[in-house]
This record gives sequence, C-alpha cells and structure tokens, in this order.
Amino acid sequence: MQTPEEFELSRRGVLVGGAASVATVTLVPIGTATAATPPAKSPPTAKVAFEVNGTVRELELDTRTSLLDALREHLHLTGTKKGCDHGQCGACTVIVDGRRINSCLTLAVMHEGEKITTIEGLGTPDKMHAMQDAFVTHDGYQCGYCTPGQICSAVAVLDEIKAGVPSHVTADLAAAPAVTKVELRERMSGNICRCGAYSNIIDAITDVAGVKA
Amino acid sequence: MKSFTYERVDSSAAATAAFARTPGARFIAGGTNLLDLMKLEIETPQHLIDVSRLALDKIEATPEGGLRIGAMVRNTDLASDARVRRDYGLLTRALVAGASGQLRNKATTAGNLLQRTRCPYFYDTNQPCNKRQPGSGCAAIGGFNRLHAVVGASDACIATHPSDMAVAMRALDAAIETVDAAGKARAIPIADFYRAPAKTPHLETVLAPGELITAVTLPKPVGGTHIYHKVRDRASYAFALIAVGAIVQRDGTGRVALGGVGYKPWRVEAAEAALPRGAKPVADGLLAGAKTTHENAYKLPLVERALAGVLAQAKG
Repeated sequence: MQTPEEFELSRRGVLVGGAASVATVTLVPIGTATAATPPAKSPPTAKVAFEVNGTVRELELDTRTSLLDALREHLHLTGTKKGCDHGQCGACTVIVDGRRINSCLTLAVMHEGEKITTIEGLGTPDKMHAMQDAFVTHDGYQCGYCTPGQICSAVAVLDEIKAGVPSHVTADLAAAPAVTKVELRERMSGNICRCGAYSNIIDAITDVAGVKA
Repeated sequence: MKSFTYERVDSSAAATAAFARTPGARFIAGGTNLLDLMKLEIETPQHLIDVSRLALDKIEATPEGGLRIGAMVRNTDLASDARVRRDYGLLTRALVAGASGQLRNKATTAGNLLQRTRCPYFYDTNQPCNKRQPGSGCAAIGGFNRLHAVVGASDACIATHPSDMAVAMRALDAAIETVDAAGKARAIPIADFYRAPAKTPHLETVLAPGELITAVTLPKPVGGTHIYHKVRDRASYAFALIAVGAIVQRDGTGRVALGGVGYKPWRVEAAEAALPRGAKPVADGLLAGAKTTHENAYKLPLVERALAGVLAQAKG
C-alpha cells in the first residue's frame, strides 16, 4: 500500500516527467520522422496533410495515430465514433475518396492528399443530408452511438450499388445490382446497432433510394 | 501499440530495398489485419513501409488469355471487375462473402493472401499460442475449438486460414508473383504458397523475409458453373465454419476447394475425379486423414452436405 506521502511524491514525479516528455515531443525535428532509428523516449512522428470535409488540414502525428483518433482527438471532429476500435462494429465509418472505410483500422499518415468526409461534412443540423433527414424521419436509432457510422456507410452503399459493385446476395453477377432490402441488409452488415434499430435503418435507406418499402 | 517509424515508397524496388536496410520492418498496404494485430501488440514492427501507392493496382489481360491482378487491387475492385464477374465468378462470389464492405474497400489482393492464419487464442495474449509465441503451447487443442482445422493441422497449431478469396484462387490455379531485394522475380503456385504448421506455425508462407508480392495471375477461364457456398454462424460478416468453392462443368466434372478446414485453402485434385459420382466420394477424398477435436467433428458431414447442395445447384 502506498502512503499518502509516497503518492504525493510519485504524483509530482509523474507530472514533472509528463511535462518533460511533452516538451521533447514538440522539439523533435520534422526530419527525424521517417529515419529508421529505434524508437527513443519520444515516439516517431510524421507530417500528413489531407482534406477533411472540404478543408485542408495539416498535422504532425505520432505514427501510430489511427485516422479515427486524428479526426476525434486532433481535429475535434467527434461525430465519428470509436466503438470496438478493431473494425468489427463500423461506428468509425467515414468516406475516403468516395469509399467507406473503418477509420479505426487505418493510419492517419497513410492518407496524404486524400479527401475525407465525416458525418459533420455530410450535413449540419440546419441543412441535413437526405440520409440524415431520413434517419430522423424513420427513427433509425435509439442511443445514437452507431448512427454517424451507419449514415456514412448508408450513403456510400447507395453509391456502391449505383457503381455496380456486387454483393453476397446479388443473384446475377452479369446484371446491375438493385436497391432491395435484402441487398441493403447484406451491404450494411459491417455496421452493428446494439439497440437493434435495423428495421428502421433499412426504412431510412430505402426512403432515400426512392424504393417502395 | 508499439511505436514505429514510417515511410512511403513509390516502387517495388524501393520497397524491398527499404526492407533490407531496416531491421524489424514490415510492408503495409490496406492494413486491416496488420493494424488490428499491432493494437494488441501481437505484431510489433519497428518500421512500416507503406506500399499502398505502388502502381500495382491494375487488372490486365495476360498473353495466355488469363488475368494479372496487381497486388494492390482492392477486394471491392477485384470483385467488381467485369472480366472477373464474367469469367471467374467464383472469385467474385468468394470475395463478397468475406469481411464487410468497409474492409473490402481497404483490403488488397496481396494483403488478403497474407492475412494471418489465426484463431481466437492467437488474439488472446493471456493464453499460450505457438503461432504468437513459438514454444508456448496451444490453448486451442483441448480448448474451445469448434472453428478449428480438421485437416493439415499439427500438435502445435490447429488454426485455419480465414480467406475466402484464397479458396477461389486455389480452385482457379492462381499463381503468386513476387520480387525480392535482389530484384529476382518468381511465380509461386498458390498450392505451394502456404506452409503446413508442423512445429513452426509462426511461419505461414514460403515467402522469404522482404519478398514482396507484386501480382496474382489467373490462367485462362475454364468455363463451368461457379458456386461459392459459405456456411457460417450468421448470414453476413463472419468467418466460415466451412466453405465450398466449386467449378462444375456440364458433364459433371469439375474442381473443388474448401475453406475453414485447414491452414490453407484445401484442394485435393485426385478427389475431384469422383465429382460425377456425387458429394460423398469427393468429400471422403478431400478429408482423408482428417483429425477432429471434441468440438469440430461436425465439419466432416457439413462439408459433404454443403458439397451435395452445391452439386445440386450446379445441375440447376
């Protein structure tokens, strides 16, 4: 057991050490970012510039930073959610160069020059994207945590069908895939909703796609 | 995650050279499996060489009438290619049966082949695993193992290779083209690509350190009816319990490769001669010498019944 005194000492030590390490990070010259030296006290960083929701953002990041953490922790775009952080739940789904991906399973520094769209870039409360509007109309959520990922995924799914990307349930590979509930369910399987709003989510997407529910 | 240095390269030669001069380096492309494992510190590269922008993202016709698929072609693009959908339907079917739409948008052809052969104990760092820590033992043998291998396994490892794409490529007789640091290129038949676990399950392929996959080639199309039947615990976004990839000709002959049963896509050419006689003799041949656990013996009849369903579907 630690005595309060020891705790005070170690707490101060941590604070001093913490301040020192922060200072070190900011003083690391940019040129060392890709040098192949073994990791020293301060972790390697690298510079990256990409466009987020139409604005170019330049960052210098610990190379380990996922695109998700860059968006949330560095750019404070907290609409994109961290669920499992392992690509299983889809809460972190964003659209990069027109394609939906799991932002948790990709390094921010690998996205140099790319165009990233998050839920904040699709629409605003005053001017919602049609998919956001439809999720509200059809009550496509309960707690709302998975919703930004669901909406980004849904927007991209409709583009994928339009582009002729086949799915597991596409009957005829020679024909263009159709917007059906079966197709949408299959294509949305990478987005988990623990509240179980699935049927309303599909209603929202079919509404936007102009399909009779 | 352990820290690492990072560089992006723009040619295969630069990639293999970077590997040669940097200890503890790994190539990264889509990263969907590697980063997942790095977060758990199961993979701990000291240096990442980003090969995702190499100009290996084309699907081209070969002089032999087949296709050369660049290593960096995304799974979504490969599944969507008109030639693949028309002539290699099995490949499209297998690709879209795997992972999720988000992952397929990121995952590459080479990365799909190189995803780790794995099981839940490989991911659980509190458990022994000969693949994660050679010599530590196997928690799956005697543990929860209904998902595990029934053929080709060893006393050291009973994990299965999870790729659906690789099952189709095995049935299609794909070859894997590589280049090494000396600039030497070779083509490895997919039948010879994966190493049996034996006593060294941490070594999964025949690739030398730093050898880079540049393309996968498919021979000219063989026609027939292409069917990929994946049996899993839920309808979408789950690994195969077993999978049957088949190409069946009008005369009843054909090819079959299995997923979810071993450390590699499982094909036994000699067993295929029995295809016109139905599923049982083929399944018997494919699974000869199978060794089951207390939890995965169901896979043997499941393979036969899934194959019977596939053959019935092929007849139309």
